[in-house]
Amino acid sequence: MSIFGRCRRKLAVLLRREQFGGELDEEMEFHCEQTARELEAQGLSREEARYAAMRQFGNTTRLRERSHEVMGFRWETVAQDVRFAWRQMRRSPGFALTAVLMLALGMGASVAIFGFVDAALIQPLPYAQPNRLVAVDESEAVFPRSNLSRYDYEDWQRMNDTLASLDVYNGAGYLLQMGPVTEPVPAARVSAGFFRTLGVQPMLGRDFRAGEDQPGQPKIVLLPYGTWKARFGGRRDVIGQQVSLSGDEYTIVGVLPRSFSFAPRANAEFWVPLLDRNGCEARRSCHNLDGVARLKPGVTEQAALANLKNVAARLAAEYPGSNKGQGASVEPLTELIVGKVRPILLTLLAGAGLLLLIACVNVASLLLVRAEKRRREIAVRGALGATPARLVRQFVTEGLLLAVAGCAGGVFVAGGLMALLTKMVPKAMAEGMPFLSAVGLNAHTLLFAAGVALLAAGLLAAIPALRMQLKDLHEGLGEGARGTAGRLWRRLGANLVVVELAVAVVLLAGAGLLGKSLYRLLHVDLGFDATHLATAYVMATGTGYAKPEQQMNLYREIERRVGALPGVTGVAITSDLPIQCDCDTDWIRIPGKPFHGEHNEVLDRDVSPGYLGLLRAKLLEGRMLTDEDDAQHPNVTIINESLAKKYFPGEDALGKQIGNTDLKPDSMREVVGVVADIREGALDDPPWPAEYKPIYHEPETNFSVVARTSGSAGALLPEMMKAMRGISPNPGVYGEVTMEEQASGSPTAMLHRFSTWLVGGFAAMALLLCVVGLYGVVAYSVSQRTREIGIRMALGAERAAVHRLILKEAGWLTGIGIVAGLGCAVSAALLMKSLLFGVAAWDASTLAAVALILGGSALAASYLPARRAARVNPVEALRAE
Amino acid sequence: MANKGDLLPGTLDLLILQTLKRAPLHGYGIAQSIKRVSDDALTVEEGSLYPALQRLLLQGWVKAEWKITETNRRARFYTLTPAGRKQLGLEISKFEQMMAAIGRVLADAEEAG
Repeated sequence: MSIFGRCRRKLAVLLRREQFGGELDEEMEFHCEQTARELEAQGLSREEARYAAMRQFGNTTRLRERSHEVMGFRWETVAQDVRFAWRQMRRSPGFALTAVLMLALGMGASVAIFGFVDAALIQPLPYAQPNRLVAVDESEAVFPRSNLSRYDYEDWQRMNDTLASLDVYNGAGYLLQMGPVTEPVPAARVSAGFFRTLGVQPMLGRDFRAGEDQPGQPKIVLLPYGTWKARFGGRRDVIGQQVSLSGDEYTIVGVLPRSFSFAPRANAEFWVPLLDRNGCEARRSCHNLDGVARLKPGVTEQAALANLKNVAARLAAEYPGSNKGQGASVEPLTELIVGKVRPILLTLLAGAGLLLLIACVNVASLLLVRAEKRRREIAVRGALGATPARLVRQFVTEGLLLAVAGCAGGVFVAGGLMALLTKMVPKAMAEGMPFLSAVGLNAHTLLFAAGVALLAAGLLAAIPALRMQLKDLHEGLGEGARGTAGRLWRRLGANLVVVELAVAVVLLAGAGLLGKSLYRLLHVDLGFDATHLATAYVMATGTGYAKPEQQMNLYREIERRVGALPGVTGVAITSDLPIQCDCDTDWIRIPGKPFHGEHNEVLDRDVSPGYLGLLRAKLLEGRMLTDEDDAQHPNVTIINESLAKKYFPGEDALGKQIGNTDLKPDSMREVVGVVADIREGALDDPPWPAEYKPIYHEPETNFSVVARTSGSAGALLPEMMKAMRGISPNPGVYGEVTMEEQASGSPTAMLHRFSTWLVGGFAAMALLLCVVGLYGVVAYSVSQRTREIGIRMALGAERAAVHRLILKEAGWLTGIGIVAGLGCAVSAALLMKSLLFGVAAWDASTLAAVALILGGSALAASYLPARRAARVNPVEALRAE
Repeated sequence: MANKGDLLPGTLDLLILQTLKRAPLHGYGIAQSIKRVSDDALTVEEGSLYPALQRLLLQGWVKAEWKITETNRRARFYTLTPAGRKQLGLEISKFEQMMAAIGRVLADAEEAG
């Protein structure tokens, strides 16, 4: 018989359910009558015969049900179960609401975090065959990944035989002139094949052609979609038009598609070919480019790395002065883009998962308590003929209904949470995370939500079902059975609470450690006074600032104008602001010390004379820079403590000479002062050796302005910008921010803050759920033991003793939970070590605080039921039974 | 609970199909017929009969239609379908195989005894 035919018949029955029921009734009625008639013929009275026939026929309802079971779809009874479960929940809305809310929160949190994990770690980069793309760079002892120099790039491109293509990019800034407005814009310079390597084609116009990136070629530019829309009104006739960048006319040749983004240079508003070699690119020893390459088919990353290392070694032999010790680095492009956020995302996902676990366990234990309360009902239904399977199914249905409702709520929570979290990421950071735009409710997250719901449903269904198997159903009818069943539940419920407590410890400890890391990070010794400092960037690349004298005049003009603002106590110029990055480095060599061509990498800061004083850096010995330290006087330098320790160990650095690797006479400078380390790089990076050289010796076109005020630095910012914008010709000024914001808003601090708040939130929820769970278990235990407590008290137990009895039980559970949790917490903290700063995974004070908080909360949660137990009136307790 | 008239499991369908082979019958008629033919040795409980009939209907082995009986009552008559006839053959051979198997076991037990 075909399944199709059976289904058709079943469907027919379902559609004509009334008729089917009627026909069955009529058929049974007929059967009954016939039997009665026969019995009558055997001599019974009419009445007697009818009763006998009915007796013989038995339970008609049951018969009807069995026929229905044959004819009906299984889900017809399922629908009954669901209706019943729904009625049960309507009867205790408090329980249902609590359970659904808990599940919705747990699921919402984990689905939301998964949304980020999916967008960042699972979905591929928006390029052709992204898994064949690698980030290619040079490497050296202190920088595992350092920039490529342009000459090295050109040689690597020619000499490698593992890459289908190798291209480079670097950041650039131009002064964009559109009509009367001049403003600084971020841009990127790339080699001609850059977009072809990524597999991106312009949506309008054309790509750069091979060779168009060479010096002397015409100036052309590609617009990203955002620039095209915002600055050119999305007009299709922009192709062929000119745009003025830092005084040069560039011809627009194409527009990149909307889907294009390149995280390392996400803020670039213009993409131009490399073209002429800038000052840095004229030297092989100056590294300013990053590479991106497509591996040849069949070539692995390791093979490419080996090949490039070989190339680098050949270049090192050929150009020992610039290339000694320069190796190669190859890693997946994905790693470059999401490598930093991976540990954080995985930590958060784990945290959310744990929260979900607690929520599920809590709801499951609530279900258990309810199952216990409904023991009588179940026993009655069992006695009336409900099979154990059907009863179990009833509980499973209730669990499923909760899970479905919780999941539906969870999807809403997740949607809201994802939108909220995405908005919370600061714009500057969001630009480096193009995947954020892919975060949201999509097929992946919904699938994950469904999976989570299924798991939760399984757990919620399994726990009560398991418990039903554990005990004889009929036992519920007997009064005396109460004690054993209660104990059984208590054991199961208690185990669940221990799990909850342990998980809560892990989350609390994680949050505590992250919080402490954040605190340490924000209170790390900066080496200067960051309060009352306003900062901004200046880009003087336009006409009028080509000559060093013009640049120096600009510095003085800025210092004069900003210094005249009310409240300002000092203004200084620097090539790089602190707390940015350990970049902009130089190689130094100390005459008289052994030198074998190694690269002594130190941070190179060109600063105005007042800069270090303005920062309130601590002068350890010697003197600060003065106005006299200009091109007319011998070159001098101030070094930081790290440099002094590393390159002048055990000697007095003052008066010593430092030069470039070739010790050219014009590069030699005398150390005139030593300052305590100023934090130049990320907050969690160890300090680097650094030099502070007078900017008047080597003027720069891109620099930063720092002003100290007696008032609020934030209030000074707009005034300062206005003052600088009034200078003619107009230099580009942008990126104004206070130094304190600079520190607390740095990517490192943001990432730490993000994870701390989220894990902290999870932990707080976990604590709450846990306390509710413990309260439930103890309260239930007390209600079950009312009679026992009554007897104890009747036999002379003191109220205090009863109190102790209950608290002891709660204390045991809490103790076991906390101890187990502490063990897990340390292992969990070891896993997220990369996120910790200045704190060990086994930080005793954090763990002790967690134990104390949880222990205290648990005590409070069990105090109420314990008090209720101690108030039991023995007479009433015994009479009630 | 074991009554003398209890059927071997799985034989009810066989008995119903075999009974219907002779003529279409209503439920009561089927029960009576089985009881009569087996000399009261086999009784079919109503509680099993009707679910079994529904099952057979569902499989398409019998079909049902409402007719008027000799006593002028409306009753549902079940008729064997061609598929049911085929199934009956199968059930019979299955049953015979089982009987033979049981017989062998019994014979063996007697010898041993």
